[in-house]
Amino acid sequence: MLKTMTVALGAFLSLYACSQAAAAGDQIVIGDIDDLSGVYADVQGQGGVEAANMAIADLGGTILGKKVIVLSVDHQNKPDIGASKFREWADQNGLNMLLGGSNTGVSIAMAKVAVAKKVPFFAIGAGGASLTGADCTPYSIHYAYDTTALGNGTASAIVKQGGKTWFFVTADYAFGTQLQEAAARVVTANGGKVLGAVRAPLGTTDYSSFLLQAQASGAQVLGLANAGTDFSNSLKGANEFGITKTMKPAALLAFISDIHSLTLQTAQGLYLTTAWYWDLNDETRAFAKRFFAKMHREPTMTQAAYYSATLQYLKAVKTVGSTDPDLVMAELKRAKINDMFTKNGYIRADGLMVHTMYVMQVKTPAESKYPWDYYKVIKVMSGEEADGSQPDPACSLSKK
Amino acid sequence: MTVVFGVPLPAILGQLMLGLVNGSFYALLSLGLAVIFGLLGVVNFAHGAFYMLGAFAAYIGLQFLGVNYWCALLLAPLAVGLLGIVIERLFLRHLYQLDPLYGLLLTFGIALIAEGTMRGIFGASGKSYPVPESLQGGFNLGFMVLPIYRAWAVFASLTVCGLTWFLIERTRLGAMLRAATENARLVQAFGINVPLMVMTTYGAGVALAALAGVLAAPVTQVSPLMGSSLVIVVFAVVVIGGMGSIIGAIVSGLVLGMIEGLTKVIYPEASNIVVFVIMAVVLIWRPTGLFGRE
Amino acid sequence: MRAHTAIFVVLSILALIAPWLGLYPVFLMKLLCFAMFACAFNLLLGYTKMLSFGHAAYFGSSAYVTGWLATVHGWGTVESILGGVAVAMLLGLVIGAIAVRRQGIYFAMITLALSQLVFFVCLQANFTGGENGLQGIPRGTIFGVMALGRDRTMYYFVLAAFIAAFVFIRRIVHSPFGQVLNAIRANEPRAISLGYKVDRYKLVAFVLSASLAGLAGSLKALVLGFVTLSDVSQGTSGEVILMTLLGGSGTFLGPVVGAILVVTLQEYLSDVVGAWVSVIIGGIFVVCVITFRRGFVGEIQRRFASRAGELVKRAG
Repeated sequence: MLKTMTVALGAFLSLYACSQAAAAGDQIVIGDIDDLSGVYADVQGQGGVEAANMAIADLGGTILGKKVIVLSVDHQNKPDIGASKFREWADQNGLNMLLGGSNTGVSIAMAKVAVAKKVPFFAIGAGGASLTGADCTPYSIHYAYDTTALGNGTASAIVKQGGKTWFFVTADYAFGTQLQEAAARVVTANGGKVLGAVRAPLGTTDYSSFLLQAQASGAQVLGLANAGTDFSNSLKGANEFGITKTMKPAALLAFISDIHSLTLQTAQGLYLTTAWYWDLNDETRAFAKRFFAKMHREPTMTQAAYYSATLQYLKAVKTVGSTDPDLVMAELKRAKINDMFTKNGYIRADGLMVHTMYVMQVKTPAESKYPWDYYKVIKVMSGEEADGSQPDPACSLSKK
Repeated sequence: MTVVFGVPLPAILGQLMLGLVNGSFYALLSLGLAVIFGLLGVVNFAHGAFYMLGAFAAYIGLQFLGVNYWCALLLAPLAVGLLGIVIERLFLRHLYQLDPLYGLLLTFGIALIAEGTMRGIFGASGKSYPVPESLQGGFNLGFMVLPIYRAWAVFASLTVCGLTWFLIERTRLGAMLRAATENARLVQAFGINVPLMVMTTYGAGVALAALAGVLAAPVTQVSPLMGSSLVIVVFAVVVIGGMGSIIGAIVSGLVLGMIEGLTKVIYPEASNIVVFVIMAVVLIWRPTGLFGRE
Repeated sequence: MRAHTAIFVVLSILALIAPWLGLYPVFLMKLLCFAMFACAFNLLLGYTKMLSFGHAAYFGSSAYVTGWLATVHGWGTVESILGGVAVAMLLGLVIGAIAVRRQGIYFAMITLALSQLVFFVCLQANFTGGENGLQGIPRGTIFGVMALGRDRTMYYFVLAAFIAAFVFIRRIVHSPFGQVLNAIRANEPRAISLGYKVDRYKLVAFVLSASLAGLAGSLKALVLGFVTLSDVSQGTSGEVILMTLLGGSGTFLGPVVGAILVVTLQEYLSDVVGAWVSVIIGGIFVVCVITFRRGFVGEIQRRFASRAGELVKRAG
């Protein structure tokens, strides 16, 4: 009986050996590791995969005679799952490029795998500026936005409007702390003061005790250094406890998906910084129309970035004639980025894609004329204004 | 502004108030656990899962069946309680003669299944459940604005706790239940259907958890993971109160909720573990808990 | 006995040639680490009947310490592992000393509470990186001689450690010390009346179990290159209970089979069915608890034994 069990065990293991996906040399494999079911599920999610597929379709579906496929997995906001899957795809599935979804902590872990396995890694959903700072690598590109730009955009706008004293409610991991730092820097640089901060675990739903602490500080501005459902829950809580009557909420990172779920009634008047908005011009509207037909929602800035990153990567592969990571990275850092996502964008030595950023204000219900008409442009920031003209000194690649 | 321990008084009062709200949830949940353990000897690891299922029943009722909050308060506990009865009948019943370990492990497995199922269907992020219209708005208490809904939650939990305590300690039915835990055979010899009583008791304990879930839905949003993080704290509360003691569960729940609130003002990071520290101390000094009998 | 040795030999051969069969070495190493963790846990549950709810505390803290020593202080691989295990041992001593004085559910609750404290410390401490975890842990070399960077080389290192731990557990169980533990498990009051200092024996078993769990954690940190809070979390503590019981506590191979089952299911099924993996695992677990109370291996052993018993009866 025990022998039968052993044989069965052996057979079981061998079966799995056979079922392993062989590294396909005749395909270009693009991976997407993202939060598909948790706090950030609406920011990219399935829409991100869709956007990437749209880019592939726009280029004809094959590059250099190879079919392009997209693999997708849910990292559940766990760095270990993200890093393990990345490594596995690189080892077992012939991964050529990785699109990184939300969660800075997971992206930092994945950046390390990118170096080890030499796979170009586009960090799109994650915001932490350290991805092009202390955590930069020769294979990472921070594509859509980062915490520095958010601070320079939103925090700056609010401080200049008179919001001098701040209290932060921060998501307790890399993204939250970096966002808080970036905003705090801008606040103090503009003559303001940070009265205090409190850290809430990622995924907190009841912010009441944190919000009461914020209120007790007497600050003018409630700095929400969080995103996704964390952001919507903390804003809702602030309304519930009457805190928005005495403090001005600062949405340091908000996507159009958040505004949609909060409704204009709750979100009106909020300032936010974004790289892209579906209603900016004809090109963006055309893309949005195609996206809406499939997803029934307007695309967020990062979903648009997924499209652009995929497009630019495949174009670079075509130009250099191979998927060799070093050649492709060199080409990406050389060429300018011109597509519906941004014009005259470029990738800096530290991996940051420098491009125009917009400070928006959420319209009032009266100002909104049609579905998803949520933003009005307050300020257009050039890439240099948003992220500085020099590469991040904390990055070892910057000394060139 | 008066300052206590270097912290302004309004801040302390605000957190104490919130602590009272949390405490009443702890009390209601520990009550269900204590009832099940006290009367069945089963450590119900699935308690958090039933809490979550109660909240989901309310959510599903609202989204798909047009059941409003007030009906859900009644129907969700009934539905989940019924599920509890089925589980008791089909699974738990076979394990009573064995080591209590098995009952614990079975409920652990059931919790896994319940959580995994909800996660598979609804995803891991929270679903929004709106505060019912009649309970919207807040009381301005001076040191904070207390949402009316939270005041209602405290009132409802404490009322149910009080009623349950009264039922068990002061009525004939309760007396039968308590007698059955001491000596089931004898009670059965008196012609009382003990298995039926055991079954309904489990169902009732589970229903209490589900009720807590419905009350919590507008506060913490409905998520498949809402039970698992809460259940270990609730266990700690029950252990502190004394595993079989009803009054112990209620009092510890309330007091610990407030202590947690106080910790949030003085040393916020520790607020998550202050309950465990207290539990470890209590277990070393007074193993049967504060109100436990042995 | 001979059948047992045959099984072990066959499995060892399979294990030795596994990387050459095309199986993913990193996955295999993960299996070995968790199998070791489950065996360490089983030392406590199966042989002394103590159900610890917070075993991840030793697994995870050892992993953190090893990772920290290897990255920040640049210690060698073996030294980092020993450092981690030492910490796990110490933690086991402290927590065990408090916990073994109680029994049953109270013992379990104390281990739970104290492991939550460990979690809290790991969350707050700077060196662990909090929510972000420790990243980029180098595999290093064995005493500067053999580099462990290549997956295959690392695999054999981990396999050697696993076999050593496994053999060590067997020796403990079959030793006089193990016999006393058996007596305590069978009838504690009688053991006390015979003059054995029961608490001391239990504590030693606890510390041994914690140390081996720590070894598993350290190896995991080196294999995967990172440590996160989930390694000290309640979830991991629950997982090891699951693995041990599915496979069968009180047998040697049981925890190994259980670990292989759970880790494989989670790894491969979650790609296909996502969150439903826990439902499947939970379902198997419930079935096991109700029917196969001894777990897969235990049940099979019992059938095997009774059939042999039948044959003996008929022959004699």
